[in-house]
Amino acid sequence: MPPGSEVLVRARGLTKRFGSFTAVNAVDFDVHVGEAFGFLGPNGAGKTSTMRMIACSSPVSDGELSVIGMDPRTDAPQIKARLGVVPQTDNLDAELTVLENLLMYARYFDLPMSVARPRAAELLEFMQLSERAGDQVEPLSGGMKRRLTIARALINEPELIILDEPTTGLDPQARHLLWERLYRLKQRGATLIITTHYMDEAEQLCDRLVVMDKALIVAAGTPRELIEQYATREVLELRVPEAFRAGMDGRLDGLAERIEELPDRYLLYAADGEHALEQVHAREIPIESALVRRATLEDVFLRLTGRSLVE
Amino acid sequence: MAVIAGGRQATHPVTGALAGAARVLQRNLLVYRRTWRGSVFGSFLTPLLYLTAMGIGLGSLVARGGSTMLGGIDYLHFLGPGILASSCMQTASFESTYPIMGKIAWRKNYDAMLATPLQVHHLLIGELSWIGFRMTSMSTVFLIVLTGFGIPRSPMALLAIPFAVLTGLAFAAPIIAFAATRTNDSGFAALFRFVINPLFLFSGTFFPVSQLPAAVERVAAITPLYHGVALVRGAVLDSIPADWPLHLGYLLVFLGVTGYIAYRLLRRRLVK
Repeated sequence: MPPGSEVLVRARGLTKRFGSFTAVNAVDFDVHVGEAFGFLGPNGAGKTSTMRMIACSSPVSDGELSVIGMDPRTDAPQIKARLGVVPQTDNLDAELTVLENLLMYARYFDLPMSVARPRAAELLEFMQLSERAGDQVEPLSGGMKRRLTIARALINEPELIILDEPTTGLDPQARHLLWERLYRLKQRGATLIITTHYMDEAEQLCDRLVVMDKALIVAAGTPRELIEQYATREVLELRVPEAFRAGMDGRLDGLAERIEELPDRYLLYAADGEHALEQVHAREIPIESALVRRATLEDVFLRLTGRSLVE
Repeated sequence: MAVIAGGRQATHPVTGALAGAARVLQRNLLVYRRTWRGSVFGSFLTPLLYLTAMGIGLGSLVARGGSTMLGGIDYLHFLGPGILASSCMQTASFESTYPIMGKIAWRKNYDAMLATPLQVHHLLIGELSWIGFRMTSMSTVFLIVLTGFGIPRSPMALLAIPFAVLTGLAFAAPIIAFAATRTNDSGFAALFRFVINPLFLFSGTFFPVSQLPAAVERVAAITPLYHGVALVRGAVLDSIPADWPLHLGYLLVFLGVTGYIAYRLLRRRLVK
């Protein structure tokens, strides 16, 4: 169940065209108050274009979009006043210090300095940047810049925070710190919209998500629902010695709900992976290695959007 | 399941054009507080070098040839106000190229600013105000220097400051429009080489345009610098030409039209 019953963002037939190219093709979705909503999809699926329309940075080509009860076509500045936007690539002001970045951004939101100063100090504390307040932005690490960009997006105490690939390019420590901070924001009642192509990030952060592929929404639900619907509870990964692969035809049939053959291994989608493995042994199929694991969103993602490389 | 109503909380008022522009100006001033020393050379010393080298060095030769062509005035007095107007053109032109390009494409400051309630017209008016501020401070200092040489003839010379600033803005607006169409900075070198520098030389700064062949004179007369120099020189030498409304009107219309074009092109570039 969504945490709130109120809809904060509603899209119906939402479409974005660039000339003859359709980046987002008539998608429908609702984002509820207080939830973390994810957009998953390969590069070029239309995630960023959708986010930019919600952020009122990109005009809607067709369809309906309502953000915090307002229409981006007519009320963009009023909507933006209540949003926090974290773009895919950091666009911090390299000519200002860390603290000045927050103070100046507060001024863009028309906040008086008397409000901006304590809020900036609090956000630097929250994002573990207090010690760098007086430093220039350029020498900061990728993780620090990202945290500063998020702190900047929070300066106007937004009701809706839009994060486009928040942890791309960060090391594991920096990612985990960010996830933890984003989780805390959600605990405080913020609504988050996140795009990502990291499945672990989506499972960590998102209450509900949609998978986009080729400008369309191809699946929607909670991470659990999606795994149940498009995968099985468990996956058995089998490696078979090269020499035996030619003779494998049909030998795995009936062992799993779905079997996927990859160049280097077989994936058997089954409710009980250990049981499937026992049957593999019973059929005396020669195996090099076997691994039983829980199905993840990654399995769902690859099933829905295919394994071919998107470039 | 209720869709949140817009009126649930007090709706934020839309930022006014001037208030929004003031934020952009404030940002540039904040940066300038740290970087102003670096701009002193280009803004103040270069024009001063021109003034002394040409005005005093070359001017002593001009004096011997007779100054009837200059309307019976000393070459230094003729040159001083011309340098003032053309320095504004050069500062405004520079500020409208690389720094604007950087904020559009390299550092993407404008993308960050447009994610807030600020809008494209705030950015444009803010940047023009900033360039206006730079030129106002530069013109003021330069006018004081001219006063040291005893050039201004009356308090009317103070009008030279707004005239010079207007001249610069009439370059800033079209050049921002140009920058908004560029994907890299290669066009800027050509702009300075083929437009700004020739104008500096042929728009009445160093010698009266009437010395040029009639065809060239007509070309010079459609550039903003020609009209700016006429007004600035008139103010400093207390001899504002009778056709000043024409010069002033030309500059204002030029600024208005190119400013609107700059707005449209910036919008096309930034809002996709």
